[in-house]
Amino acid sequence: MDVNDPVVALDHVHKKYGSFTAVHEANFSIGRGEFFAMLGPSGCGKTTTLKMIAGFEQPTSGRVLLEGQDVSQVPPHKRNVNTVFQQYALFPHMSVFDNVAFGPRSKKLSDSEVKKRVTEMLHVVRLDEFSERKPAQLSGGQQQRVALARALVNLPSALLLDEPLAALDLKLREAMQIELKRIQREVGITFVFVTHDQGEALTMSDRIAVMSEGRVEQVGTPENIYARPESLFVAGFIGSANLLPGVIASSGGELVVELQGGNKIAVLANNVAPGASHETGGRVTVMLRPEQISLGQQGDITVRVTDSVFQGSSVRVVGRMNDNTEITALVSVDPSHKTPAPGDNLYMSWHPQAPYVLDGWPDTAGSNSTNVDSIEATL
Amino acid sequence: MTGVTSHRQRTVRRPELVGLGVLATVGVGLIAIAAEWITGVGATVIAIFLLAALVSVVWTAFVGGLDARRALAPYGLLKPGMLWLCLFFIAPLWSMLEMSLSSKKSRFDFLPSFTWEWGNFQKALTDFAPQFGRSFGYAAAATLLTLAIGYPIAYVIAFRGGRFRSLLLGLVAVPFFTSYLIRTIAWQSLLSDRGPIVGTIDKLGLNAPLEWLHIMNNGRLMNTPAAVIGGLTYNFLPFMILPIYVSLEKVDVKLVDAAMDLYSTVSQAFRRVVFPMSLPGVFAGSLLVFIPAAGDFVNAQFLGSPETTMIGNSIQNQFLVQLNYPLASAMSLVLMAVITASVLVYARFMGTEDIA
Repeated sequence: MDVNDPVVALDHVHKKYGSFTAVHEANFSIGRGEFFAMLGPSGCGKTTTLKMIAGFEQPTSGRVLLEGQDVSQVPPHKRNVNTVFQQYALFPHMSVFDNVAFGPRSKKLSDSEVKKRVTEMLHVVRLDEFSERKPAQLSGGQQQRVALARALVNLPSALLLDEPLAALDLKLREAMQIELKRIQREVGITFVFVTHDQGEALTMSDRIAVMSEGRVEQVGTPENIYARPESLFVAGFIGSANLLPGVIASSGGELVVELQGGNKIAVLANNVAPGASHETGGRVTVMLRPEQISLGQQGDITVRVTDSVFQGSSVRVVGRMNDNTEITALVSVDPSHKTPAPGDNLYMSWHPQAPYVLDGWPDTAGSNSTNVDSIEATL
Repeated sequence: MTGVTSHRQRTVRRPELVGLGVLATVGVGLIAIAAEWITGVGATVIAIFLLAALVSVVWTAFVGGLDARRALAPYGLLKPGMLWLCLFFIAPLWSMLEMSLSSKKSRFDFLPSFTWEWGNFQKALTDFAPQFGRSFGYAAAATLLTLAIGYPIAYVIAFRGGRFRSLLLGLVAVPFFTSYLIRTIAWQSLLSDRGPIVGTIDKLGLNAPLEWLHIMNNGRLMNTPAAVIGGLTYNFLPFMILPIYVSLEKVDVKLVDAAMDLYSTVSQAFRRVVFPMSLPGVFAGSLLVFIPAAGDFVNAQFLGSPETTMIGNSIQNQFLVQLNYPLASAMSLVLMAVITASVLVYARFMGTEDIA
C-alpha cells in the first residue's frame, strides 16, 4: 500500500442534481493496495462519489483520475474498475461460473483462459463446489462471495464495494469483514468501500474518508480519525465522545478551558484540532472519550452518578456535573471496588493527554454524543 | 383429542380419497352422459346418482370437522373447473374423435355412424395439405411480426414507461374494447382498392417494390397473403406485448449496470442479460399468438381470397356448408395434433422448463 502512488484520485469533484449539491469539492486520493472506506450517514454523498469512480455518474465539475488518467467522461465498460453492488446484482439466469466469467468473456479472453481465471477466483472466495449453482440456490453470504469473485476476476485497478455487508446478518457480517480483509491481502487490489457503519470502517480500513452532507470532513487512518478528529461531526460520528462546550480561560503552553459550570480542563498544546481557537475567550469544545475517564475519590471534576449500566467487561457510568451537563465514563469492572450506583458522588479524572479541543460548540451545547450504544456494539 | 372429534374422524377416515373419488366419478359420469355412452333411463339414473355423490361429499365436509374440510378443500375447488371441462371439452372431444372415424353407410343416411373409417384422416391430410401449410406459415409469420413489433413496445413500457406505465399498458389492451370481427372488417376498408393506404402507395409510386416483395398483387392490398398475415399480426399483437412486458418488468435495471461494469456495451448487456431473462415472456407470447392464429379463419375470410384460405376456413366450410362432419372432425383433430407437436418441439428448443 502506497499513498504516494494513487490508483484513484478525485480532483475537486463536484456533483449537482439540479440545485442540490450531492458532493462538494471532494479532493483526495486512494493509494495502491489500500483498503479505503468512505464513511458517513445516508445521504452524505458517499455512494454518489463511488458511482462517479465507477462511471455511472459524471462529475459536474472536477476530475476523476484512474491510474493518472482523467476518466471523468469515460463510460463504465471502458474503466478498469469493478463494482460489488449493494444487493449484489448477480445475473439470476446464469450459473455461478457464468456470472464470474461474464467480465472475462466481455473482454473476449479465450475459453481456456476464462476457465482458468474463474476457477482460480472461485477458489479464492472458497466457492469451488458451487460453480454450477444458480444464485437463487445460494445463501446471502455465498452470493456476496460470487459478487466479489465476479468483480475481482477482472483484476481491476480498484474494486468498488457499495455497502457490501448491509444485507447480511450480524454474525455473517463479522465473518465477512475478516474474509474481505483476507481476500484483499491475497489479491492485493485496492478496495474502495462505502459504508454507514463506523465500526465496520474502523476495523477494516487502512484509511477512512468521513463524509457529511456532501462534504469530505476528514481523511485519515482509523486511529487518527478516532483520536484527532478535525470537526465536531467526526468527533461525534466516530465512536462515542463527551463533547463539552466551554471557553478558553487562558492560553500559553497549554490551554485551560472553562466549562459552563466553572469546571476547568487543561488541554496540552498539541491536542488542539486544526482551526480551533487559541485566543482567550474563544469558543471551543473539549472532547473526552468515555474509556479515557477513570473514577475515584479525587480527581479533576466531581459528578453525581445518574446511571450505571453493567456491560459485561465494563460498566458505563453516566454522571452529571455541577452545571447538569452529562458526562459518560466507560470503566472496567473492578471486583475490589463496589460498582458506582445512581446518587453516588465521585470524582472523574483522566490522563493529561486525553482532553482534545475542537473549534466551536455543538448544535445542542453540552449534549452527549448519541451513538454510545452503537459504537459499543460494534467495537 | 376429545372423544367427539375422534369419533368424527372415524366417520371419514380418508377424506382426501372421498374427495378424489367423487371428483373422478362425477367427471366420468358427466362425460358418459354428454358423449351418449349411456342414454335414456340409464342416463337419468346416473345423473341422480352423481347428484347424490356431490351432496354426500358436501355432507362429509360438513360433519367431518376441520381436518376433513381441509383435506376436501382442494377437490372442492377443482370441481367447478374440472366438471365444466368434462362436460364441455372432454365429452365433445370424444364425440369428435368418434365422428372422425365414422362414415355414412348409405348415402340416404342422415347421420354418419362409427365404422373405423381411417380414410377421413387420409382425405384431410391429402386434400387439405395446402390449407394446413398456409395456416402454419401465416401463423409463424404473424408470430415473428408480433415479436418484432411487440418486443420494443414492451421494452419501452417496462423500462422507460415511468409514471405512464399503467396508461400505456391500458392502451395496449384498448383494441379489446371493440369486437374482433369489427376490427377485422375495419381493416377491409383500410386496405381496400380505393382506401387511404393503396391511394398513398400509388401517389408515392411504391407499387413496384411492394409488388416485388409480394405484399401487393396487381395493385391491390386486399385478398393477398400479406393482408391476412397483417390482420393476424394486428389482432394478436397484445397477446405478445403483455407477457413480454411481465417478464421484462421483473428485470432489475441494476443488472444492466452490473453488465456494463463488467465491460459490456449497452447492446451486449441487452443480448446477454435482458433478452435471456425475457425469454419466458417471449415463449408465452409466441404460444398465445401462434396457437389461435393457426386455427383462425376470420382474417382469411375477410382479408383473403380463395388462394389464401387457411385450415380454419376449410373446417368451417366442411362443418357448416358441406355438412361433412366426419371429414371436418378429422381435420380438426389433425390441426390439434400438429399444433401440440409443434409446441412441444418449440418448448424443447427454447429450453423452457415451465411447459413440457
